Amino acid sequence: MKFRFRIERTPSPLWMIALLPVIAVVITFVISMLILQIVKANPFEAFYYILISPLSTRTSALEVLVKATPLILTSSAVTLAFASGYWNIGAEGQFFAGAITAAFLGTQVGAMPSYIAIPLMFMGAFLAGMIWAFIPAWLKVKMNVDEVVTTLLMNYVILFFLSFLLNGPWRDPVSGWPQSPAIADSAVLPKLLERSRLHLGFIVAIMAVILVWFILSKTALGLQMRAVGKGKDAARFMGVNIGRTLFLTALISGGIAGLAGVTEVAGIHFHITDAISDGFGYTGIIGATLGNLNPWGAGLAAIFLGLIATGAQSVSRSMDLPVFLGNVVQAILLLVTLSIILLRNYSIKKVT
Amino acid sequence: MNLESFILGVIASSLRVSTPLIYGTLGELFCERSGVLNLGIEGTMFMGAFSGFAIAYFTGSPELGILGALLIGALSGLLMGFFAVKLGVNQHVSGLGITLLLTGLSLFLSRVVFPEFRVLPSIENMPPWNPLAGIPWLGQIFEQYWLTYALILILPFSWWLLYRTNFGLKIRAVGENPEAADGAGVNVYQTRYFALAIGGGLMAVGGAFLSVAQLGAFSPGIIAGRGWVCIALIIFANWRPLGVLWGGLLFGGVFALGLRLQTMGMKLPYETFLALPYIVTIIALAFAGRKVTGPAAVLKPYKRE
Amino acid sequence: MVVIQMRGISKRFGSVLANDKVDFELIKGEVHALLGENGAGKTTLMRILYGLYQEDDGEILINGISSQINSPKDAILKGVGMVSQHFTLVSPLTVAENIVLGFNPGIRLNPLDIEEKVKKASDRFGVVVNPSALVRHLSVGERQRVEILKALYRNINVLILDEPTAVLVPQEVDTLFESLERLRREGLSIIFISHKLNEVMTISDRITVLRDGRCIGTVLKQDSSEAELARMMVGRETYGVTRPDEECTGKPVLRIKNISAFGSKGLVALKDISLTVCENEILGLAGVSGNGQSELAKVLSGLLKPTNGQVLLGETEISRKNPAEITSLGVGRIPEDRQEGLVGELTVEENLALERLGEFTRNGTVNWKKVRGNAVELISQYQIKANPTDATRKLSGGNMQKLILARALSKKPKLVIAAQPTRGLDVGATEYVRNRLLEEKNNGAAVLLISEDLEEILSLSDRIAVMFEGRIAGILDAKNATEELLGLLMSGAKEMINEV
Repeated sequence: MKFRFRIERTPSPLWMIALLPVIAVVITFVISMLILQIVKANPFEAFYYILISPLSTRTSALEVLVKATPLILTSSAVTLAFASGYWNIGAEGQFFAGAITAAFLGTQVGAMPSYIAIPLMFMGAFLAGMIWAFIPAWLKVKMNVDEVVTTLLMNYVILFFLSFLLNGPWRDPVSGWPQSPAIADSAVLPKLLERSRLHLGFIVAIMAVILVWFILSKTALGLQMRAVGKGKDAARFMGVNIGRTLFLTALISGGIAGLAGVTEVAGIHFHITDAISDGFGYTGIIGATLGNLNPWGAGLAAIFLGLIATGAQSVSRSMDLPVFLGNVVQAILLLVTLSIILLRNYSIKKVT
Repeated sequence: MNLESFILGVIASSLRVSTPLIYGTLGELFCERSGVLNLGIEGTMFMGAFSGFAIAYFTGSPELGILGALLIGALSGLLMGFFAVKLGVNQHVSGLGITLLLTGLSLFLSRVVFPEFRVLPSIENMPPWNPLAGIPWLGQIFEQYWLTYALILILPFSWWLLYRTNFGLKIRAVGENPEAADGAGVNVYQTRYFALAIGGGLMAVGGAFLSVAQLGAFSPGIIAGRGWVCIALIIFANWRPLGVLWGGLLFGGVFALGLRLQTMGMKLPYETFLALPYIVTIIALAFAGRKVTGPAAVLKPYKRE
Repeated sequence: MVVIQMRGISKRFGSVLANDKVDFELIKGEVHALLGENGAGKTTLMRILYGLYQEDDGEILINGISSQINSPKDAILKGVGMVSQHFTLVSPLTVAENIVLGFNPGIRLNPLDIEEKVKKASDRFGVVVNPSALVRHLSVGERQRVEILKALYRNINVLILDEPTAVLVPQEVDTLFESLERLRREGLSIIFISHKLNEVMTISDRITVLRDGRCIGTVLKQDSSEAELARMMVGRETYGVTRPDEECTGKPVLRIKNISAFGSKGLVALKDISLTVCENEILGLAGVSGNGQSELAKVLSGLLKPTNGQVLLGETEISRKNPAEITSLGVGRIPEDRQEGLVGELTVEENLALERLGEFTRNGTVNWKKVRGNAVELISQYQIKANPTDATRKLSGGNMQKLILARALSKKPKLVIAAQPTRGLDVGATEYVRNRLLEEKNNGAAVLLISEDLEEILSLSDRIAVMFEGRIAGILDAKNATEELLGLLMSGAKEMINEV
C-alpha cells in the first residue's frame, strides 16, 4: 500500500501536538551532539550523564527535585505573566527581592516558633517580589513603557543593592566573606525526606503551580487575563479593564517569583550571597515557554530543566565537561521549542 | 585631586565607558530600524567579548580578535534573523533564547578552550593611542583606544548608510511599512537579514572592546547587562545615529562620574554609583516612553499574504 | 485606439462569483469610470488587471497583445499602475524617498538629486507635491497625490484609481479632477472606480456599470444621465420620491444629537449626526462602507470618543462611557468584525460569559457551573452548532455570529446595535440572524441596524437612514423606500430627494 502525504495549513490533530515536545527534545539533543563533537566528547555518554544518571539513584533523583524547586516557582510566575501578554523578564530580580527578604527575616525570627517564622518569611518574600515588580508594572500601565526593558534593568539594580548589603551591613562578621549571617534555626525549611536536600520549598512550589492554575482557570481575573493575552481588542470590546488586569498580573507574578528566593535561602544555603541564583528567573522563561503557558506543563518543564541542571553537574564531574553545558542545552531546547510550536498550525494529511 | 583633573579624568573615562555602549546601541539601531527587536544583544556582546579575547589570545593579534568578533556577531545576527524573519516567532522570547544560548555557549567554551586556568589569563591590553598627547592639560582626554577613535568614522558612516544610500532607504521603509516596501519591489526578508548581520557585528565588537582593548581579560561579569542598557538607550536616541552618540556619552558619563566619585570616598556606598546608570535609564524611559515611538513594524513578523 | 481589453473575466472566491464573464475596454486618453455598488465586482476586476489576483477565466490584452499579469511589479512593467484606498506610503520618509523607493538606480541616495527628479515628474504630470515634505505631515489629499505620482514615476500609461474621493474633502476632489484632466491630455488613460454618481458624471468620458459581478453595459457620459446609471446599478425603474420622515412614532430609546468624531486616519468621520431610534422599531442605517458607519458604531459602543454632541440612552448620557458601563445599561452590541468581538483562543462558554463577568463571579471565583449552564441554554436557544468547551476560533462564521447574537440579546436589551450582522454568513445563518433581530424589535427593543446590504435594510427596517460622507443623507419611512432611491442617496445624488 502506498501513501502520499500532503502538508496543510490547518490546526494539527491532537496526536501530533502531543508528539511535539518529544520532537523538540530529540532535535535539541541532535544539535547538542554537534557541539559535543567539537569538543571531542562522546555525545551518548554525555546524554547518559545528563538525562539518565541523575535518575539512577534515590539521592540524585531527589536532588533533581531540589534543583527544580526554584524553577517551578519562576516558571509558574512567568507563565502567569505571559498568559496576559505581560512580558515579565524580571523574575530574576523578583527572586532576589524575595531572597533578600528571607535572609533578613530569617535572622529576626529566632525567638519565634517555626510555624510562625516560616510562613512569615514566605509572606514577606511574596510582598517583596510584588514591590519589585511594581515600578515596571506602573510604568507600563500608566505610561506605556515597554516592560521588557524595565523589568530587565530592575534585575541589575537589585543585584547592586544586594552587593551593597553583603559588603556592608550584612557582611558576615565571623568570616568576613560577603555573605549574610546565617538565618535562625526556626527559619530553616524542614526537610521532607532524610538523606536528601528536598525541603518544604518543594511543597510550596507545587502549591504555586496549583495557585497559578487556579487563578487562570477558576477566577474571573484569570479569565480576564487570558482574554487580554489572547485578544486585547476583543477584551476591550467586552469591557475588560486592560490596565488593571496587566497590573495585577505583574504584581502576582512578581510575588510568586519572590517565593523562589525563600526556597533557596531558607532551604539550601541558609544565608544569602550573590551567587545563589543560577539564572532561575531566566530559566523560568524557558520553563514557561516549554510549558506553552499551561502551569502544569510549566511545572513539568521546570522539573525537566532541573534534570538537565543536575545532569550537567554530573557530566561535569564525570566527563570533565564544563557545567555550562546544562545552560547551553536549556537554551537550545527553548529555541527549538519555539520553532516547533509553529508546526501546530500544520497537519499532515494522507492523500489516497 | 583638583577639580580640573577630576573633570578631565571623568571625560576621558566617559569616552572609554561609552564606547561599548555606542557600538551595542548602534548595532541594535540597525536591527530595530529594519523592524526586528533583537534581544540577543546581551548574548551577542558576551560572545563577542569571549571570541575576541580567545582569538586575540591564540593569534597574539588583538586586531584579529576584533575582526573575529565582528564575524561571529554577524552570524549571531543572522541566527536572530532565522527566528524573527524566517520563522516569524515571538521576538521577545527568541531574542532572550539567543542571549541565553550565546552566554551559555561562551561560558562553556571558555572552560573548554582554557581548561588549565581557573581564572582566565590576561592578554596585553591594546595600547591606547593618543595623537594629541602633546597638548598639555587637555591631552589626557585623547588617550583612547583605536576602537573609540573608529567611532568617529563609524557613526557618520552609519548615518550615511541609513540616510544616503538606497540600502538604507530600504531598511527604513521595511521597518516602518513592510507591505508598502514589498509593493515597491523591495525584498523585505533580505533587507532584514542584512540589517541584522550588520547589527550583530557591531554589537559583538562592542563586547570585544571590553575584553580585548580595555581590560585585556574575560570574565563572566564582563557585560553585566550593558546589552539591556543599549535596548533602553535606543529609545532615548530616538532611533537615530546621532542620538546614539549622545545617549551613549550621557550614560557613559554618568557611569564614569559615579566611579570617580566613589574612588574619592564619597559617603554613599559604592554600589549606588554602579546602579545609578540603570536607575537613570529607567527614569528616563518613563519620560521618553510616552512621546517616542520606534519604527512601526518592530515586533511584527512580515509574511506576504 | 484600445489600450486595455479584458474579455470574459471571471473570478470566484469560495462560493462568491465576484466577476462573471466581464468585458471591459479602455481607450487611450479616456477617463473611464467603473460604477457599481459595494460588492459589484469593480475592485476585483481592477485587482486582476493590476496583478493582485489571477483571473479564473478570460484574457487580458494590453495594446492588443495577450498578457499574463502575475504581480503588481508585472503590471507596472506593462504600464499599468493602481492607487488603492489604503495608501502604501511610509510615513516617516519624505515624499521623494517614497516615490523612488525600489526604483532608484545605484547605491547612493542623494536627497537633492531625488527631489529634483521628483520635481521634474511633478511638473511634467501636473501633480503637485512637495518633494522634501515628510509624508506624515501631509493631508490625505496630498498623500493621494504622492501615491499617484509614485505610479506615474514608474512610466505607466494606464492609471487605476480605486474610490479616490472616498477620503477627500470637496476642494481636494476638485483638485484631483483637474489633475486627472491634465493627465488625460498627457496621453494617460484613466480607470476611475466609484459608487458616486455625481462624480462619475462629472469626470468620465465613458462609464461601465457592474452589478453583482456582471457587466451591465458601457455608456457614453453624454448619452446618459444619473437616473439611467442608477437604474443600471440597481436594476429597476426609479420612480417617484417621498417625504422625509425623521421622527419615530413611539418612545425614543436612543437619541444621537449632533455627534461629530474623528476616524482612524485623522479625518473627520462623523459630521454632526443626529438620529433617533424608538422602541419597537428597527432603524436601518444604509450606506456604502467607509462613509462613517463604523465610527458611529464605535461611538455607540464606547470605543470611540466623539468630539462633539451627545448620545442619550433613555435619559442617560453614554457618549463618554466605556463598553462595560454601556453593556450594563442594557445595550446589546454586535460588532462589525467578529474577530473584534470574540477572543478566538477562549472557549464558547468563556466568550459568552466575559461581557457580563460580574454575574458569574462570586468572591472573585467564577461559578463555572453557571457559565456552563448559561452556555448550554444559549446554545440551544440560538441553535449554535458548538459545544460550550469548543475553542471559538474553530466555529464557522455563522456560528460565531450566533454566539455574538446570543451574548448581545440574551439579557433582553433595550437597545441593540447591530453592525453588518450578516456579513460573510451563509443563507441559513443570515435568515436566522434577521429573524432574531425582528423578534427583538417585536419584544420592545430599539434596534439600530447598520448594513451595506440593501436587501437586508429594506426587508427589516421600519425607518431607513442613509449615511454618505459622514452625514445623514436622508431619513425615510421604509414604506416609501426603494432600492433605487436608497442607491441614489448612498451615492450622493441628493437632489432627487429635494424634488418632493
